Amino acid sequence: MSSQDPDGGNSVEERPKWNNKAEYLLTCIGFAVGLGNVWRFPYLCQIYGGGAFLIPYLIALVFQGLPLLYLELAIGQRLRTGSIGVWTSISPYLGGLGIASLVVSFCVSLFYNTIVAWVLWYLFNSFQEPLPWSQCPLKINNTGYEEECVKSTAVNYFWYRQTLNITPTIETSGSLQWWLVVCLATAWCIVYICFIRGIETIGKAVYVTATFPYLVLTIFLVQALTLPGATDGLIHLFTPKWEILMNPQVWLDAATQIFFSLSLAFGGLISFSSYNQQKNDCERDAIVVGVINSATSIYASIPIFAILGFKAHTNLITCLNGNILALTNAFEISDMNITTENYDQWFDYLNKTHTEKVFNLNLKTCNMQDFLQQSASGTGLAFIVFTEAVISMPASQVWAVLFFIMLFSLGLSSMFGNLEGVLTPIHDLKLVPNWIPRELFTAIICTISFLVALIFTMGSGNYWLEIFNGYVGSVPLLIIAFFEIIAVVYIYGIRRFSDDLEFMTGRRPNIFWKVCWLVISPLMLFVVLVAYVSVQAQTHPNYPAWNPNYEKFPDTEMIPYPDGAFAVCVLLSSIPVMPIPIVAIYRLICRLSGKRSTSNPKLPNPYDNKGYVVNS
Amino acid sequence: MACGVLPVSSGCATTHSFASAPWATNGVAKMQNGLPVLAQNLCHPDSANGYKVRISIKTALSDKAYEWNENEMYFFQASLAFAMRTYHLTKPYNVNNIIVCNETQRVSFWFVVTSPDNHTELISKAEVEEAVRKSRHRINSAFLLTDKTLEFIDINPTLVPPAVPDTPPWLIVFGVVIGAVFAGIIALLVSAVLQKRKKAKDRMEDEQAEEDIHVNGLENGIGLDGAYNRGFPDDDRFTKL
Repeated sequence: MSSQDPDGGNSVEERPKWNNKAEYLLTCIGFAVGLGNVWRFPYLCQIYGGGAFLIPYLIALVFQGLPLLYLELAIGQRLRTGSIGVWTSISPYLGGLGIASLVVSFCVSLFYNTIVAWVLWYLFNSFQEPLPWSQCPLKINNTGYEEECVKSTAVNYFWYRQTLNITPTIETSGSLQWWLVVCLATAWCIVYICFIRGIETIGKAVYVTATFPYLVLTIFLVQALTLPGATDGLIHLFTPKWEILMNPQVWLDAATQIFFSLSLAFGGLISFSSYNQQKNDCERDAIVVGVINSATSIYASIPIFAILGFKAHTNLITCLNGNILALTNAFEISDMNITTENYDQWFDYLNKTHTEKVFNLNLKTCNMQDFLQQSASGTGLAFIVFTEAVISMPASQVWAVLFFIMLFSLGLSSMFGNLEGVLTPIHDLKLVPNWIPRELFTAIICTISFLVALIFTMGSGNYWLEIFNGYVGSVPLLIIAFFEIIAVVYIYGIRRFSDDLEFMTGRRPNIFWKVCWLVISPLMLFVVLVAYVSVQAQTHPNYPAWNPNYEKFPDTEMIPYPDGAFAVCVLLSSIPVMPIPIVAIYRLICRLSGKRSTSNPKLPNPYDNKGYVVNS
Repeated sequence: MACGVLPVSSGCATTHSFASAPWATNGVAKMQNGLPVLAQNLCHPDSANGYKVRISIKTALSDKAYEWNENEMYFFQASLAFAMRTYHLTKPYNVNNIIVCNETQRVSFWFVVTSPDNHTELISKAEVEEAVRKSRHRINSAFLLTDKTLEFIDINPTLVPPAVPDTPPWLIVFGVVIGAVFAGIIALLVSAVLQKRKKAKDRMEDEQAEEDIHVNGLENGIGLDGAYNRGFPDDDRFTKL
């Protein structure tokens, strides 16, 4: 008789798999290498003593980053499900861990794609001559320039007023800014088109999004080194100040930077490696991804700081020229007699002979070191500092377009991992009815995310985004990672895990990995978690508000969070990790009250007699 | 020819002498001018009806900078007279109606404008300002300078609003990008639907073909009449001797 399945064809859908190893590696690298590598690491390097910062950074990479990375890739590959499935397989009490990862991934993808939307807005505006952030707009009646712009700078004005249209406090919500809504919709559409066919389309997209940033960084590197002031910036960045290593804050920031930079505990890496075949050397993959991520950070900081050095140099020249003009006009000196080269001699001479008159001119002190220290991280670096530097470069449109396409690729490839951490677990849990095709389900998730993320397009959106960034994307991840490593090493068992690794890679993990997993990494994670929380808890959190009516404008006003926003901060830190205890308690209650779940394979069914095969 | 007190005829040019500072090659210095006394009284720094002019030739033109001398000053006076004529269309202003004093090496100087009817009467500050504003662009062009390098202190240049195109350029770029993305989405979705249909059709055809072979005796697609009798195997090809 025919041994065919009665309903014809395959009843079990095959798990999708990567076309080739390169796509998998590029996707993981793209997920790990994100905006933080470009705009957070160089800043940390600069404020924490330049070259000296590399020491805590590399120590954290070797003892904390790589072991956790190897662990996540290994369990995903072995258990072949997304984050919820993996933790439920290890122990049903740990299902909450996967749900926590899912919630965090969802929240992070909300605000991360908003940042991508801002990058798109700047990218669309870079195709103009002159660049819109290079000059102040005129007032309505053409009598002068906009006051807010004149008091701060054109670049600040474009970011705070023409892009964000920011409100003075977080309580005033303002309205939805339609141009940001449009850019946000574009960002979600682009994410959707890359996700349509799952890893099939993602795998194609990462060939571009993961490699393009390196190309742009190299172009910027070559160009930046030809600019004046570049070497000053690089020397300032890399000069090591060894005494800064005494400060524990440096070690804390190095550990958190490595942790967040590698995108651990999101569940995205587990999902990506679950599409691999089981016999794959995940140890080598982990080392490759980790090392490339850190190398990218270091490589990115070179052109960034060369360009910041150029910007400091430009600011210095502008400052000097302002002083020169004031002196030339006040003392009726022939035009262009005082130049930047002989400025000091002229100044000394005039100061000695006409001290009071020079004093009344209120000349600014122009010091290169002051300008070099004015750096920023995060959106401030990309949208304020860098855009200002780009204006002074020749052919500024080209550089602006290149820079923002690079940021867009970095953000998009990280979004793949973020959203994958949401889609794969839901799909694996079979929560989605079969009649909804995968494309429709992805579209529904993208639409919901877009609608929720509209809060970030309001006037106060930037303040809310900073809250999300600071509270969802930090403590919950540390907690999840801590429980992950405890779960695998102590609940799953290091011996069983080593057996799995031998099955997958062909060799048992060596003593270094074992020591890290058993002792060093959990300890480091715990210390970092405790230190981070205690540092946060010491001060009542406040936020920098852009208030044109502030008396010290254009400095930002530091306002403490109102109670409503503070409650949101606490909720955002605690709700994602709630599932961990809740699910564990729920399962405990189920077990104690004697209810058996129907799909429990451990208990034998007394009516299942394998000796008697029913044949029709 | 002696330059008398009044009137200052066109044949009598005002003379300037450039004194240089003893301690530097281009030091701070004040200019002497050989103006008639009355003219000097009319023109002085901080005059109620006068304006200060500041010229920065080297800043504007760097290598192609020309030297400021008496001829350039004469040109300036002529262009101001032109500006006054353009403003007061009826009154015939002359070069000698523009009186200049306090020239420095910066280059900066003060000027006042006298009325062509009465050489002692000064044209008011407001009228001079209007005249200069009206012809500012012509004066700038005459000297190859700009509003910033040819400054009339207290006459602010009118700001030219930047050209605003009808559709903001960013909307155009956005339109292109979103159009491409939507086209891609539709293409991928349609191809996914077509692929599923093709797979379903193929599967159905396979099933149909197998069913036909087993039930209807449809072998190689050729229909045989009658029912296939399994009891009589067609194994001629094996038993040939």
